Amino acid sequence: MKVLYFAWLRERLNRASDEVSPPPDVRTLADLVAWLRSQDDALDHAMANPAIFKLSRDARIVPWDTPLAGAREVAILPPMTGG
Amino acid sequence: MIRVTADPFDPGAEANAFQASHVEAGAMVTFTGIVRSRPDDPITALILECYPALAENELAAIRNTAMVRFGLIDAGIIHRHGRLVPGETIMMVMTLAPHRQAAFDGAAFLMDYLKTGAPFWKQEETAAGLRWVEAKQEDDAARDRWQ
Repeated sequence: MKVLYFAWLRERLNRASDEVSPPPDVRTLADLVAWLRSQDDALDHAMANPAIFKLSRDARIVPWDTPLAGAREVAILPPMTGG
Repeated sequence: MIRVTADPFDPGAEANAFQASHVEAGAMVTFTGIVRSRPDDPITALILECYPALAENELAAIRNTAMVRFGLIDAGIIHRHGRLVPGETIMMVMTLAPHRQAAFDGAAFLMDYLKTGAPFWKQEETAAGLRWVEAKQEDDAARDRWQ
């Protein structure tokens, strides 16, 4: 599955996406974020205040406790500044 | 109508076409967001990053909520991404309703929700380089007043 990063998070990581295969105990989007942070110091530091981020699953914003099974694309979204 | 686009658009032409699309409407409100450059802190451009698939879904969801909540006849959102210079139109919200209050409230609701709930990120281009625009607490407060 694909993980997308946007805006200053993308810049901090020097990449816009990762292709990942999380282990079976990664069941929710929150688990996925925790697993990704454990693999990557830059992401871990950039997400030191996780509450500011929203997550999307297959292009819909969903709660962090949403199940991951079957997801093709998850995005980690810094606070949005549109309009 | 939801449109997420890198292309410039003409807000006047959009408003006229939108107004002409529903003869049963007695009130229309339009809001246009414009790239601004403050004299004391000028920018040369505003760069909008976007996640288009998510933006279309979330804007459609916000629009549907507003349509039902305010009894709108129609609502439209156009939002650009890419590099825009001061004076250019960033985005536009339009509402059509039988009477003015629903049109005003619907447009304000759409703006307050899309500021914090649609996946766009602004970066300012200045003589000193690029800087990300920080999310504002008052935008969260403006959204929360509708709850």
